[in-house]
Amino acid sequence: MKFLSEYRDPELATSYLEQIKKTVTRPWTIMEVCGGQTHSLVKNGLLGLLPEEITMVHGPGCPVCVTPLNLIDKAVYLAEEKGVILCSFGDMLRVPGSERSLLQAKARGADVRILYSPLEAVKLAKENPEREVVFFAVGFETTAPANALSVLHAQRAGLTNYSILASHVLVPPAMEAVLSDDENLIQGFLAAGHVCTIMGIDAYYPIAEKYQVPIVVTGFEPVDLLQGILMTVRQLESGTYELENQYKRVVRPEGNLAAQRAISEVFRIANREWRGIGTIPQSGYEVRDNLAAYDANLKFSVNITQVSECKECIAGQVLKGLKKPHQCSQFGKACTPSTPLGAPMVSSEGACAAYFHYQEA
Amino acid sequence: MQLNCPLPELDFDIVTMGHGSGGLLTNKLLDEVILSLFSTESETERHDGAFLNLDGKTAFTTDSFVVSPLFFPGGNIGDLAVNGTVNDLAMCGAIPKYLSLSLIIEEGLPMAELWEVLLTIQDTCEQAGVKVVTGDTKVVERGKGDKLFINTAGIGRVHSQANIGISQVEAGDKIIVSGPLAAHGMAIMSVREGLEFETEIKSDTAPLHQPVKALLDEFGGGVHLLRDPTRGGVGTVLNEIARGANVGVNLRQADIPVDESVAGACELLGLDPLYVANEGIFIAIVADEINQDVVKLLKTNQGHTEAAVIGEVTNEHPRKVVLTSGIGGRRVVNMLAGEQLPRIC
Repeated sequence: MKFLSEYRDPELATSYLEQIKKTVTRPWTIMEVCGGQTHSLVKNGLLGLLPEEITMVHGPGCPVCVTPLNLIDKAVYLAEEKGVILCSFGDMLRVPGSERSLLQAKARGADVRILYSPLEAVKLAKENPEREVVFFAVGFETTAPANALSVLHAQRAGLTNYSILASHVLVPPAMEAVLSDDENLIQGFLAAGHVCTIMGIDAYYPIAEKYQVPIVVTGFEPVDLLQGILMTVRQLESGTYELENQYKRVVRPEGNLAAQRAISEVFRIANREWRGIGTIPQSGYEVRDNLAAYDANLKFSVNITQVSECKECIAGQVLKGLKKPHQCSQFGKACTPSTPLGAPMVSSEGACAAYFHYQEA
Repeated sequence: MQLNCPLPELDFDIVTMGHGSGGLLTNKLLDEVILSLFSTESETERHDGAFLNLDGKTAFTTDSFVVSPLFFPGGNIGDLAVNGTVNDLAMCGAIPKYLSLSLIIEEGLPMAELWEVLLTIQDTCEQAGVKVVTGDTKVVERGKGDKLFINTAGIGRVHSQANIGISQVEAGDKIIVSGPLAAHGMAIMSVREGLEFETEIKSDTAPLHQPVKALLDEFGGGVHLLRDPTRGGVGTVLNEIARGANVGVNLRQADIPVDESVAGACELLGLDPLYVANEGIFIAIVADEINQDVVKLLKTNQGHTEAAVIGEVTNEHPRKVVLTSGIGGRRVVNMLAGEQLPRIC
């Protein structure tokens, strides 16, 4: 497959692995920020091939995992009690709410639909003028432009039955939250390639400078990841802390300006709760006041009581990179992908599920 | 395949509740539509069941088909209903002989669609060398079905040389797949989700009794286990085998055949071809010493040109399937928790 097989080339991968082994002289702890990178590392068995000096820590970059429990409850409530057509990306459906997941709500008769694009939800709203259509707008900066566009399209079409339940989170504040934690172990980052494709790379210069950590914007294929790790290790070994771009074939320094315009037309930056981590200032998007009619949070009065998370679950420590999934007492026992106690066990990009599915015991 | 046989002239163009009432309309549907295709000399006398003369070890199986949409690139629910049951019999080492055919029709199904499905069933039965000998038709109210559900049961005679069973699987055996993975599941996904890919992905639905018979004729007891990886795909079936036989399974990703267009569609949707459904390939677990001959026979005599050895059975890591990735890393291939869901990004 063009543009994929080149980045899965065994010879190239082996050559990067050898260079990493030659370069590394002492232990380093590196975080890959994005869940897609975690998924690729474990799916391709890369963790077992890296020299033992290198510890990869799996960051908070799985949007499904960090979506707060009460927001899932809200989505379930809208689908069950308000009779809306609740649309969502696929892997959000299995995440357990405090009582049930969207998939369970669907089985009980709620109208829950899996879509590939929020624009399909706008189409549904056009086709069903008598029904309210809500899109569960989850994701990092990567999915924000399409979600924003859906609101703009609905506005242009004069639709009054479309709204989004926005749960957007932002990467740079999360990296700062990890770095400023007293227990932080992270010495270098693989930044999330696709987030940078949208937003550009400028936001990461001050982070590299302030915390003196090397940051390498990295792609998702095995060769991308190995090259990104090599670039990070080279910096760590030589004591530099610069921002580098491994994923140049996709990421332009300024990002995608049209996408950024759509985002800023619809969203403003706000404080945001991250499941397992807590509230991080200025780390999410909210729908702007002038588009409040498209904000499901405001459109429907929903009284959801805050429910506490499972006490045994160490999702927060996993998401911050302080613990590995298998260090949890419930991992693979009470907590499995069929019976998840916390969100990282649900999404295929969640660190716990990735370990459960792919790691050789 | 071109089906030219025209729909008989009828005074109804859709199926109604009356067609399930047991009265005149039911008889008309049976006589003019269904039995016109499946009636044979011995069965012209209508009765509550079929009379069969069976001898020797016999395999018996049943399967239900609820695919949506009914028609998809490469086939329709009729192909699946015949091939699905024929293949289940073939995986038992049996030569399929008789089928039952039960239709549960939702009120409102266009008669032309029903006719096309029935013609496909007739044609596929011919290819597979099986006869429909008994059946049933029910009609349910609109909204209480999904156009058409089909159940088939099948009977076949077990090959005299067959000695197939999970207990035959042992360390050292080779794992062979008869063709490329994931075509059926991705064909369905592409029509269900309205996704268009550069190359149309067609279902691989096909009867597998012939290659199975050829393998058993040639290698007999050297064929230790046969499975068709339908729902859940190759990954799920190999996990079932590892658990059932208390053995480990090693797979090599580089050797697993997947068509490029199918692999591309899987990438796009974030799905793993190892867990996508197939309807026209099988997994054979065979004695080490015959593995190359099995592949050769499948490739040259049976037209399964992409048949390949994809791994082996081992005493290491019992009950686990371990895959060596394209770049040499190792990972576990686990059972899926539920259906595969497309990823957010």
